[in-house]
Amino acid sequence: MSRVPLPYNPKVLDLFRNPKNLGKMKDATVEAVAGNPACGDMITFYLKINEQEIIEKASFESYGCAANIATSSIVTEMIKGLSLKSAWEDITWKKVTEEVGGLPSIKFHCGVLAVGALKRAIRKYYADRNLEPGWLPKELTFEEKQAVEEEELAKMLAKRLKVEGEK
Amino acid sequence: MVENVKELLKAHEGITHEVYLDNENSSVVPQEVLDAMAPYYNQRAYGNPTLTHKPGWEAFETIMESAQKISRFIGAKILEEITFTPGETEANNLALMGAAFAMKNKGKKIVVSEIEPISVLHVVELLQKFGFVTTKIPVDTQGFIDLAKLEEAIDKETILVSVSAANNEIGTIQPVKEAVDVVKARNPATLFHTDASDAYGRIPLNVQDLKVDMATVSSYKILGPRGIGALYVREGISLDRILEGQIGTQKLWPGIENTPLIVGFTKASELAFQDFESNMNRMRTLRDKLVDGIFNELSDVKFNGPKGDKRVPDNANISFLRCEGEALTIELSLKGIYVSSGSACSRRLLQPSHVLVAIGRRFSEAHGSILMKTTRYHTEEDITYVLEVLPNAVNRIRGIVGSTGVD
Repeated sequence: MSRVPLPYNPKVLDLFRNPKNLGKMKDATVEAVAGNPACGDMITFYLKINEQEIIEKASFESYGCAANIATSSIVTEMIKGLSLKSAWEDITWKKVTEEVGGLPSIKFHCGVLAVGALKRAIRKYYADRNLEPGWLPKELTFEEKQAVEEEELAKMLAKRLKVEGEK
Repeated sequence: MVENVKELLKAHEGITHEVYLDNENSSVVPQEVLDAMAPYYNQRAYGNPTLTHKPGWEAFETIMESAQKISRFIGAKILEEITFTPGETEANNLALMGAAFAMKNKGKKIVVSEIEPISVLHVVELLQKFGFVTTKIPVDTQGFIDLAKLEEAIDKETILVSVSAANNEIGTIQPVKEAVDVVKARNPATLFHTDASDAYGRIPLNVQDLKVDMATVSSYKILGPRGIGALYVREGISLDRILEGQIGTQKLWPGIENTPLIVGFTKASELAFQDFESNMNRMRTLRDKLVDGIFNELSDVKFNGPKGDKRVPDNANISFLRCEGEALTIELSLKGIYVSSGSACSRRLLQPSHVLVAIGRRFSEAHGSILMKTTRYHTEEDITYVLEVLPNAVNRIRGIVGSTGVD
């Protein structure tokens, strides 16, 4: 229960003020969510994917802090025009963090969650089509595991609140 | 990182109206207070109050007169009951650790409410490492302590109870007098401490009426300088010191007394208590205008804590659903409105405000909470400006959230 200074850099501030690719996409091929409002940290990605498995468009919605908004927004920029395979392989939380000009270490998890949500969307695309490309690992990646961990924690906290009282 | 801050500050250029409402976390010190302090750095009373020369005796006189004034403001019997400390945190540490160590042979049990400030909760956690046992008493949905549970928790082994007079986040005014009666009826030897930092200067406060043994007050919470506060310890109670060093005029806190800060704290107290009724009314009127305005303009908002005369007059704590608090504080800052949030977004795997969770708010409600405190220095125009800006700010953040933040 302590606070830390959060000197966001100009790029984060700019993406917070003028987020790119914001909002629900009606004709999305696939959408995926990561995080939970109980953690104060949640992202939805919408991807439009063409028949060559290229991401034509991407958009996001974000329930979270400035770093969460900035990292989500930058991911939608970074993946535009990429094949699903390169989006999977090239977009890591470290790259995302670099791309927003760095984050306070306490906010690294925002980039992790954004990449977790992206990877989920890619998995979902193939799962929906009963496809299993060879490059797609069966086991969850670091970012996906972190997203799951955060969601489990939210569930646990919610359960504990229920147990604690009929308030 | 400092370069980043310079850029962040540059983004605030061109702000035409500024309204500082984060008086929970630090405050603006009025010029009058600074003017009262300034001579004590280099014109008079700059000596050490225990030394035998004029500047020392001046300092001694000043500190004693200040303690006298503070003791009167809180209804203490004698000035020796006041110990100046570097702030609320230190006063709470002194009260809890000092009492626990002094009474360690009489028992090991300590009882606190679950919505105490961090400088109480973390201290009792620390004391557990020394073999003390803590019971946390729950509160209801308005933040009022459960007196029946408090009674149950007190036995022969209970050495210390700490319950704030007014909660710092949601403004709940606790029934301290009733709580003291409940505790003393079960165990007359149990010491009762109250952190009165959020009650002092906001509601009538008299330590003798409340029958508390110890009370914390803080300077910055009444628009005095930071770095100074005081602990009232009723005559006859002896605490252990928690710091060692050169002892001067104060038995319980070592080191050279900070005369200018003590003067500033005293001046701020005088200003708060002069026209006390009208100061209270002013804070309340502005706070109510702020809250009513927000509820008129926005839907999906929740008021945290009690309404009416069981709430301190300056405190407004509101949850904006589908809106993350940290993002909102930044959005408002860029428009010149400075507030804080109970959001946990500064850490992963972390709970939001323990106070909001304790009164049964959902986590997402706590993440969207904003705390604002009005002062007698705010104007109607300030509040009008906030009401112009805040709905748009909330709506922009809600626009980013879209359908994502809905539980």
